[in-house]
Amino acid sequence: MILDLQHIFKDYNQDKLLVPVLKDVNLQVEEGEYVAIMGPSGSGKTTLMNIIGCLDRPTSGEFKLAGTDILALKDKELSNVRLNSIGFVFQSFHLMPRESALENVSLPLSYAGVKKKERKERALKALTRVGLEERATFMPTQLSGGQKQRVAIARAMVNNPKILLADEPTGALDSKSGAQIMELFQKLNDEGVTIVMITHDSKIASHAKRVYNIIDGEISQADEKEEKNEEKD
Amino acid sequence: MLENIRLSFKGIWSHKMRSFLTMLGIIIGIAAIIAIVSTIKGTNEQIKENLIGAGDNTVEISLYQGDWTYEMGYEGIPTGVPVINSQVLDEIKDIENVVGASLYLSRQEFEVYHLNTSISGGYVLGVDNSYFDTCNYIIKRGRGFCEKDFSEYRKVALLDKDSAEALFQGEDPLGKTIEIKRQPYVVVGIVAKAKEFEPTINSIDDYYTYSQDASGKIYVPDCTWPVIYQYDEPQNVVIEVESTDDMTNAGKKTADILNGYLSTTDETLKYKAEDLLKQAQDIQELSKSTNSMLIWIAGISLIVGGIGVMNIMLVSVTERTQEIGLKKAIGAKKSNILGQFLTEAAVLTSMGGIMGVIVGIILAEVISRLSEMPVAISIPAAIAAVVFSMAIGIIFGVFPSYKAAALDPIEALRHE
Repeated sequence: MILDLQHIFKDYNQDKLLVPVLKDVNLQVEEGEYVAIMGPSGSGKTTLMNIIGCLDRPTSGEFKLAGTDILALKDKELSNVRLNSIGFVFQSFHLMPRESALENVSLPLSYAGVKKKERKERALKALTRVGLEERATFMPTQLSGGQKQRVAIARAMVNNPKILLADEPTGALDSKSGAQIMELFQKLNDEGVTIVMITHDSKIASHAKRVYNIIDGEISQADEKEEKNEEKD
Repeated sequence: MLENIRLSFKGIWSHKMRSFLTMLGIIIGIAAIIAIVSTIKGTNEQIKENLIGAGDNTVEISLYQGDWTYEMGYEGIPTGVPVINSQVLDEIKDIENVVGASLYLSRQEFEVYHLNTSISGGYVLGVDNSYFDTCNYIIKRGRGFCEKDFSEYRKVALLDKDSAEALFQGEDPLGKTIEIKRQPYVVVGIVAKAKEFEPTINSIDDYYTYSQDASGKIYVPDCTWPVIYQYDEPQNVVIEVESTDDMTNAGKKTADILNGYLSTTDETLKYKAEDLLKQAQDIQELSKSTNSMLIWIAGISLIVGGIGVMNIMLVSVTERTQEIGLKKAIGAKKSNILGQFLTEAAVLTSMGGIMGVIVGIILAEVISRLSEMPVAISIPAAIAAVVFSMAIGIIFGVFPSYKAAALDPIEALRHE
C-alpha cells in the first residue's frame, strides 16, 4: 500500500469560525494504481491533495505514505519526503521563467545534492521520457502550454518518486494538448508509476482506473454513478 | 552554493536597473571609505618618509637627562656613565636585525670658524672609520678618513653639505683650514648621505617639523677628540637595522644594553633611542580623530545602503512567492530557500563593494591630482571593503531571506 489515509479530518479557522473541509476521509492506493479524485470547486479536493502531498497536515486522522507515518515527521523530514517520494504537477505548470527546460527539470536534483554532471544526464533522461529532449535548452516562454506541462511532468519524475500527484493537470490546456498529457500519464502508469490526479472534469477523470468523488469533504468511490455526476458538473 | 551564485547573477541581471540602484548606496559608501583611507594612508606614508628618510634605517642612541640629550659641554662627564668598549659594541651588533653599529662622540658647537665665518649651532662629531659605513654616508668630494689619520692623530675634518655651505659660502673647502675651539683642522672631504633625500614640505608646520636638523655637521677622527674637548667622554651609538619597522625595537634593545652598564645615582640619566618611527606615529595620530569621523559618516551611508538592500530583497521575496512555494513543494528545505536569498543579497552587495572600490580608487586619484595630496591605495583596505559589503548583504538579507524560508508553501503556491 503506497497511500493509506484513515479518518482524515481537516478544519479551517475562518474568522474564528471553524469550517470543516474534510470529513472522515478514507483512501487507500496500491502501488502502480491510477486514481482520480473528482469534485467541484470548494469540495475539499485541493486540501486533500495538499495533505497527500505533505504540504498540509490534517486536524486528525492517520496518514501513511509507503508505510511511513507522515504525521509524525518534522518539517525537514517532510521536505525530504516531497523531494524523494512525491512528484507534483500543477494546473499552472509553475516553471521557473528564467531557467531553461533542462534547468527546470534538474532543480529537484540540486536539492537532492546530485553532482552537476549527473544532474544534466538525469534531467535529459527525464525530458526524453516526456518526448522533449530536443527542447532542453528552450526557455519556458518558447514552449507551448502542453510542452510546459510536459517539462513540469519531467521535473516531477526526475527523482523517481513513489507517487505522481497531479492537480488539474489539463486545466490550463486546450483539449488536444490535454489529450497528449493524458496519453503521457497512461504511458507513465503503464511503466509502473502510481498516479493520483485531482480534477473537476469527469472526461479527464475517466482516464484513471479508479475514480473517487469528493463532495463537501466526504469521499466516495464512483462506479456506475459516473454518468450522473457528469450531469451535475 | 555555486548553483545559488549562478541563480543570483541571473536574478540580478534580469533587474539591471533595480539592482544597480540598490547597489548604489553600497557603491557610494565603499567609494567614500576607500578614498578617505587612501588619502590618510598617503599622508601618513609621507610623514613617515619625511621623518625617517627614504630607506636609511639608522637609529641614534644617545645619553639623555630626562627629556633632553645630555650636553657634555655644559655638564661635564657624568659620573657612573662608562665609556662604551668594543665588547659592549659587539653585544649591540648581536641584536636581532642589527646590521651594523658604530660609536661616535658628539657636541653641539658654536666655536667653529673659517676665517671670520662661524656656524651657528652645528655639531662636531668624533667618529671612527666604520661610522660612515654604518650611516650610509658616501664621500662626495675629496677623500674620507684613512688608517693614518687615526694612527697619526691627524687633525683632519670632513664636512657635510650644510656645514660646508655655512662656513665657506660657495668657496671650495677642500684643503682649507677651519678652527674648532681654536684647534686647526684641515678639510679633506665632503660627505653626504648615500641616498639624497629631501623631505616633502607642504606647509609651514611641515617645515618646522622636518627642517630643525639642517644645521650642519663636522666630522673629526675620534682619537683627536681630547685635543678639542676631553678624554673618556661617553659615546653615542648609531645602529643600522634591516628594515624601517625594526628601528623602534632594535633602538630600544640597544638602549637597554647601554643602560645596563650605568652605575649612576641620577635616575634621570638614561640612554634613549631617537625614535623617529614613534615621532611619525605621533604626528599621524593627530589627524586620526578627524579621519575616523569621516569614516563613520561613510559608514552611515553603508547602513543606508544596507537598508535599501533589505527593502529590495523584501520586494523580491513577495514577487517570487510562487517560485518559493513551488520550490518548497518539490522538496526544497528551509535552508535551501534561506541560502538562495542570502546568497543573492551577498552577491548584490559584494558587486556593489567591488564597484565601490573601483570608484573609490578613481576618486582618490582625482583628489590627489586636484589637491596635490598624496594617496596610497591600500590593498588590505580594498579587500576588507568588499568583505564588509558582503557582510552587509548577509546581515540585511537575513530578515527577507528568513521571511522567504518561512513561507507556507500552500499559501505561496496560491499567491498571484
